[in-house]
Amino acid sequence: MDTDEELLERLRSGDGEAFVTLVARYNGSLLRLARSYVPNDAVAEEAVQDSWVGVVRGVERFEGRSSFKTWLFRIVVNRARSAGAREQRTVPIERAEPAVDPARFDAGGAWAQPVVAWEADADDRMVAATWARCLRDALDGLPERQRAVVILRDVEGLASNDVCEVLGISEGNQRVLLHRGRSRLRSVLEAELAVRGR
Amino acid sequence: MLLRRREDLVCQQVVELVSDYLEGALSRSQRKRFEAHLRACPNCSGYLEQMRATIRATGTLQPQDLSPEAREEFTELFLRWRSEEN
Repeated sequence: MDTDEELLERLRSGDGEAFVTLVARYNGSLLRLARSYVPNDAVAEEAVQDSWVGVVRGVERFEGRSSFKTWLFRIVVNRARSAGAREQRTVPIERAEPAVDPARFDAGGAWAQPVVAWEADADDRMVAATWARCLRDALDGLPERQRAVVILRDVEGLASNDVCEVLGISEGNQRVLLHRGRSRLRSVLEAELAVRGR
Repeated sequence: MLLRRREDLVCQQVVELVSDYLEGALSRSQRKRFEAHLRACPNCSGYLEQMRATIRATGTLQPQDLSPEAREEFTELFLRWRSEEN
């Protein structure tokens, strides 16, 4: 498989096939990320297409100080943010929810009931496939900043400093958002298992 | 979360420190107390494994593939953008 850098080099010399290969590689990820900031799929698609124009026109200026992926995600986040602001999307308020429902602990802060193990099931391919939809819904339902951080870190596999660069946030802020987002996803998986286990 | 020194962590604090632990953001002394709690507490060890499993499961969420129609559309767009530029 060609690396992003090889494809970029070919794109610079006007190779349309290299461009479409990059689009095929990243378009789905970009749509998912853009969707965090805008009210519907159509606006997300528009913002992502706009970003690809930006890539074609800006490829000469890309100096490779960050990876192509980081550069690309930053373009999309910026366009989707402005599109979201134009659409005057109402952003859900991010409350500082605890990682685990306080009712699960006793007065001393210890678990009131034993933590039931289900994590082995999450790695089971068959079970994981049935959970993928509920996990995807839970990811879509996260507040926008938590969603963006979890997508970039855990779905796309970016390093924390790259996530900070893409979103323009501090390391500390990123950790807080990641913590809330991951904790929420964990509790959704747990609840899903409790339903299935009955 | 503010941690008082020389006091054992309780489970409710541990679950809020899990991400900082996984991110390597705890200080040396915090990490020692965190790990001491895990050794003594199967519930929190289980919780940590659930967080790890959640991260792995999230990593398997593949985006949708580009449809042949979209591929064609982008090929045409590329030619148009290039010609507009020149």
